[in-house]
Amino acid sequence: MASLKDMRVRIASTKATQKITKAMQMVAASKLRRAQMAAEAARPYAEKMDAVISNIAAASAGSPASSKLLAGTGRDQVHLLLVCTGERGLSGAFNSSIVRLARERALALMNQGKEVKFFCVGRKGYEQLRRQFEKQIIAHVDLRSVRQIGFVNAEEIAKQVISRFDAGEFDVCTLFYSRFKSVIAQIPTAQQIIPLVVEAPAANAAPVALYEYEPEEDEILSALLPRNVGVQIFRALLENNASFYGAQMSAMDNATRNAGEMIRKQTLVYNRTRQAMITKELIEIISGAEAV
Amino acid sequence: MATFHFDLVSPEKIAFSGEVDQVDVPGEQGDFGVLAGHAPFVATLRPGILTVTTGGTQQKIIVLGGLAEISEKGLTILADVATSLKELDQTAFAAEISGMEAKLNEKQGNELDRAIERLDHFKTIQQQLNTTALH
Repeated sequence: MASLKDMRVRIASTKATQKITKAMQMVAASKLRRAQMAAEAARPYAEKMDAVISNIAAASAGSPASSKLLAGTGRDQVHLLLVCTGERGLSGAFNSSIVRLARERALALMNQGKEVKFFCVGRKGYEQLRRQFEKQIIAHVDLRSVRQIGFVNAEEIAKQVISRFDAGEFDVCTLFYSRFKSVIAQIPTAQQIIPLVVEAPAANAAPVALYEYEPEEDEILSALLPRNVGVQIFRALLENNASFYGAQMSAMDNATRNAGEMIRKQTLVYNRTRQAMITKELIEIISGAEAV
Repeated sequence: MATFHFDLVSPEKIAFSGEVDQVDVPGEQGDFGVLAGHAPFVATLRPGILTVTTGGTQQKIIVLGGLAEISEKGLTILADVATSLKELDQTAFAAEISGMEAKLNEKQGNELDRAIERLDHFKTIQQQLNTTALH
């Protein structure tokens, strides 16, 4: 049986762990607030962008000159899965749930005889996917050194994706990230970004206004679509960031509570053992005194 | 004077939102002014200075390219970057211009033309800043 000293050391070490997880939880909470604000600030832009594109796309639909980013290559043989995950762990199931969704999608596609390629953003997803799909990962972007995700980062990724698309390396691109619903709920999400899925206007919606364009529709559209890819990636990164801190916060909250529970149990055992020892010593003294 | 709703959004934030009298927009193919009741219109922007007039006061915002959409709901500008004149860091802006100048030699053909055009826009902004910022 462990001696009293060993028990004291163990309790002290559990307490130290609890302090660390508690601190991490509070750091995550404060970072979450900022990440959430950034994610919310990016939403209007992405929404307006969607609205403008679907307006223009509806107006120029069917024209043969429409961009491949919108119309697709006409095939869906090669799929690119753009998997965005966090750079760090200790965030519960955050990274693995995104990877699991991507993996399931990849296996389903491969069963249908399609070719699947991966583009990893973030270290954790790369590490997890590397085990199974090493040869299919065509690129990997690390954002560890980036303190605050800016649009520039997303644009950089978008550029790489688009140049690969133009080179004919894939036909369909799907973006995987975790949508931030609330602190306790982050939803892993798959979103197809190439070719762009334009929502059909609702049946009762007002007829599309007849816009005048300057320059021509096609020109605007061809400038807008690559940009939209960047915007979607940017939004995914921000949502991911907020989700990451949300997940980390609840994971660390759990860890702190578990540590508290463990400390309680260990202290109980420690006190029992200590009392048993005192009783034993007393008995020894008394029976010693009686014997005299 | 009739007002209309104007939203200026960049990927990072909403730079402006509210009712305005008039907005002067630097379009890629020429500047245009927007008043209430403008016909539906979509135009791309060049880097330039946007002037927002509200009840007699003017506010200047620098946009580095983007897209303007005018519908019956008002004017929406999706700017690549939007900075109000007060927030602009002049030295950083000048540094960006000299950085662009330095990169010109590396470019060729169409890309060179586009880079020169963009640089010209930036220089125009800087010139306007230097002449108007003192007022």
